Amino acid sequence: MINQDVDVAIIGGGPAGLAVAVSAREHGVESVVVIDRNSWLGGILPQCIHDGFGVEETGKSMTGPEYAEKYIKMAEKQGIQVMKETMVLRFDRRREIIAVNKKGIHRIRAKAIVLAMGCREKTRWNVMIPGTRPSGIYTAGVAQAFINLYNIMPGKNVVILGSGDVGLIIARRLKFEGANVLAVVEILPYASGLPRNVVQCLDDYDIPLFLNHTIISIEGKERLEQITIAQVDKNMVPIPGTEKQIKCDTLLLSLGLIPENELSKGVGIEIDNITGGPVVDQYLETTLDGVFACGNCLQVYDTVDMLSIDAKRAGKNAAKHIPIQKQENTGQKKDRKSSIRIVPGEGVRYVVPQLVNECGTIHLTLRVEKPREASTLHVIAGGMELLKKRLPWVNPANMIRVDVNISAEAMTSTESLEVTIR
Amino acid sequence: MTKEKEVTCIVCPIGCKILVKTDGTQFKILEGNKCKKGIEYARNEALDPRRMLTTSVLIEDGEWPLVSVKSSQPIPKEKVFTVLKEIKKTIAKAPIKSGQMVISNVADTNIDIIATKTVKKL
Repeated sequence: MINQDVDVAIIGGGPAGLAVAVSAREHGVESVVVIDRNSWLGGILPQCIHDGFGVEETGKSMTGPEYAEKYIKMAEKQGIQVMKETMVLRFDRRREIIAVNKKGIHRIRAKAIVLAMGCREKTRWNVMIPGTRPSGIYTAGVAQAFINLYNIMPGKNVVILGSGDVGLIIARRLKFEGANVLAVVEILPYASGLPRNVVQCLDDYDIPLFLNHTIISIEGKERLEQITIAQVDKNMVPIPGTEKQIKCDTLLLSLGLIPENELSKGVGIEIDNITGGPVVDQYLETTLDGVFACGNCLQVYDTVDMLSIDAKRAGKNAAKHIPIQKQENTGQKKDRKSSIRIVPGEGVRYVVPQLVNECGTIHLTLRVEKPREASTLHVIAGGMELLKKRLPWVNPANMIRVDVNISAEAMTSTESLEVTIR
Repeated sequence: MTKEKEVTCIVCPIGCKILVKTDGTQFKILEGNKCKKGIEYARNEALDPRRMLTTSVLIEDGEWPLVSVKSSQPIPKEKVFTVLKEIKKTIAKAPIKSGQMVISNVADTNIDIIATKTVKKL
């Protein structure tokens, strides 16, 4: 067993982990370690070769690899310790991490842990598409890695299920590499990806987008031969008579992303059923003392820019936590009696953070249930309106970010704070 | 003939819907842009649509088989596939540093193709 004591240990070396590391150092933390299971830093970014990264954060548009290199250089400059090809197996309530790599088993005792494990793609089995099990069915991100990192084409005649951003971007990428993209099939009445990707990846290349449609059957013996799509009704049930066969050799699934929280669940951190990420307070601290969460394992972000901005807050908060930990290391959560819950109300799918335990200005991130124009966001605490904000248009694909001031009066007069969009 | 056109801005991931008025040579923003970059984008989209091109170039002796690349400037939309064809013919040699020019004046566009990733030699 190789033992090590650190101030802040970060699990995951993608964009969130790197932003936390840099921010923690900037806020005076002496020893920071980033642990990642891959042989490279930057997570998914090296395969996201398209541009548009960094605009909101830096005003400059970068490609994924460029954005990653920017943060990797900052981390190097800050003297941050990196453990690549290292798998975290578990950690406990006293923040003792057990990890393994070629050198052996490591025990890393940390004063603060920041969770930055990212997310993974939903598969065919998350949506249970009936049919045979031929080859030629991949998640969109896997196909993206094949094409952009390993120079392997997944197929020639391609159908994409789901209109998330990865699916839209891979549609254009396939077109660039000479494949036929026959259809993008989306069960919802609107595209799930960002509007700019619908324009830039599908409309530009006349790739048909079938809204209110889903795949009802997959056929093929060795290799995928054909899929059947059908229109769905309001309850997302396929409408008989609307079936359409499409001959194809490849099916890519862009069905959404699931925060990766096996480690969080293993140590008993409370998970939000909607976000799939840990329940956190305004400091992005989980229900376990000294354990913070950020990035796509907290909630799936639209853009890396906002993810990095929030991750830096987690780094700053973890830094603030260090002096507290020098005095006590009980593994017990601090007094949560004064916590109030933030609950999603009408029109709101989720709100992060889910808890507030101090008055002051807090930063909320939330998503709406469905697209709509001209609506109003309300934050209400026990009948008291804390915030009212007009929004010209809202879309589930675009995360809403607002600051709300929570008065001491609001903190004591209620047990929950409701956020609605009407 | 003057007509109103809705342009979805793609400069950043926000995707502002910008309403413009254009007759093919004259151009006016009606509403919707959240930043100045949106004005420039909407004008180009209405009068001379261009796209940033990102793809990859084959690489010899590298730690990866490909290096990701981008165009130094947005490429006229109708030239995208001509440029891609030339990029596909190119094989670069490792090592390559991010920011390094891989192809100059690609397909006579006066636009260069630039590496966006550092690839070490094997």
